[in-house]
Amino acid sequence: MPLPVPQTNVRVVTLKVDGQDYSAREDETIIEVCRENKIPIPSLCWMDGLSVVGACRLCVVEIAGSPRLQAACATRVREGMVVQTNTDKLQRYRRTIVELLFAERNHICSVCVSNGHCELQWLAQTCGVDHVRMPYRNAGYSVDSSHEMFRVDHNRCVLCTRCVRVCDEIEGAHTWDVMGRGSGCQVVTDLAKPWGDSESCTSCGKCVQVCPTGALVKQGTSVGEMVKDQTFLSILARRRSHR
Amino acid sequence: MSGNGSKVTVATTWLDGCSGCHMSFLDMDQRLVDLAEQIDIVYSPLVDTKELPEQVDLGILEGSISSDEDLHKAREFRARCKLLLSLGDCAVNGNVPAMRNPFKLDDVIERAYRENVDVNPQIPTEGVPALLATVRPVHHVVDVDIFVPGCPPHADTIHYVLTELIAGRTPDPGRVTRFGA
Repeated sequence: MPLPVPQTNVRVVTLKVDGQDYSAREDETIIEVCRENKIPIPSLCWMDGLSVVGACRLCVVEIAGSPRLQAACATRVREGMVVQTNTDKLQRYRRTIVELLFAERNHICSVCVSNGHCELQWLAQTCGVDHVRMPYRNAGYSVDSSHEMFRVDHNRCVLCTRCVRVCDEIEGAHTWDVMGRGSGCQVVTDLAKPWGDSESCTSCGKCVQVCPTGALVKQGTSVGEMVKDQTFLSILARRRSHR
Repeated sequence: MSGNGSKVTVATTWLDGCSGCHMSFLDMDQRLVDLAEQIDIVYSPLVDTKELPEQVDLGILEGSISSDEDLHKAREFRARCKLLLSLGDCAVNGNVPAMRNPFKLDDVIERAYRENVDVNPQIPTEGVPALLATVRPVHHVVDVDIFVPGCPPHADTIHYVLTELIAGRTPDPGRVTRFGA
């Protein structure tokens, strides 16, 4: 199958990121330009191949002339844009966001099946989170092991909604969705039925592979054994969008 | 950092932990011989002293704050140590001991000492410290200067942190360790 040919009528813009000049297609977002050019911006909910929700705010950047911080995943590049990706202020915000994620649910890395292969754990290290300053909520969440192949542990969920989007946009099953508000918010299968009773789930496992933490995992994995492979996503997404 | 004499004085203790961090300390193996020339362990489960001295250069705490005794020890360490270091995930973030937090303390005790016990079930009250309702990391009850996450932190990590401190530099443990490492 040939690779899709990019549209030719898209203009190219030039912008400055961290003092360096870059050119980009005008339909690209800041995070896409940064990923292409190996400029490290932390992100959690954004994933190449899925729609953009701009929920986690880890990829916030400073844009000259804008009083507010902007999510790099949800902001298109503009001609003459001047972007800062790693100021002290941004580092402070990112650190706080990661700490709040740890404080919200029960991420016990040492006994997690994703220990050592977890994006949240990695973010904590790269954002300089060596402790959490705010009090932990200590609320207990359920674990659903009813599916014969997979398990969901809501204690580890960060509500990035990657599972919801990959199930809807790539697999086309829309088994996953989000229920409740605030601290009661959680991802659910089929109107909050046990996963094993879901009639729409095709057991394809894409949700498990894109989950950044140990929330969605394979049954039978022990501490540190859950290694995920996300390479399928950008390939499927690219082929799908140009049919 | 340096003590009044030639050696840096170090005190360590474990609170609600498994002693694994202290085992990892011992895993520095032959490097302990060199360290012993630069530091003096004045109080620790690894030595015989029964009293924490009034003034210590570096205090190292393993384990979380789970009982009133843990709380007392942490406060005593903070008051007497110039620098206080949280060693390992239990001290840094509560880790496994904090997994009881979503449950009520009475339910936890009931489960551990009655429900799962076949012979003479009873709740211990004498000679044991009272448990706190919530398990907390050390820095949620006293100020902590250095955080070394890991379960346990690798011996290389502990060696790096200690040698940096002895040399008078501020270590950056995030370079070599993380939660769950």
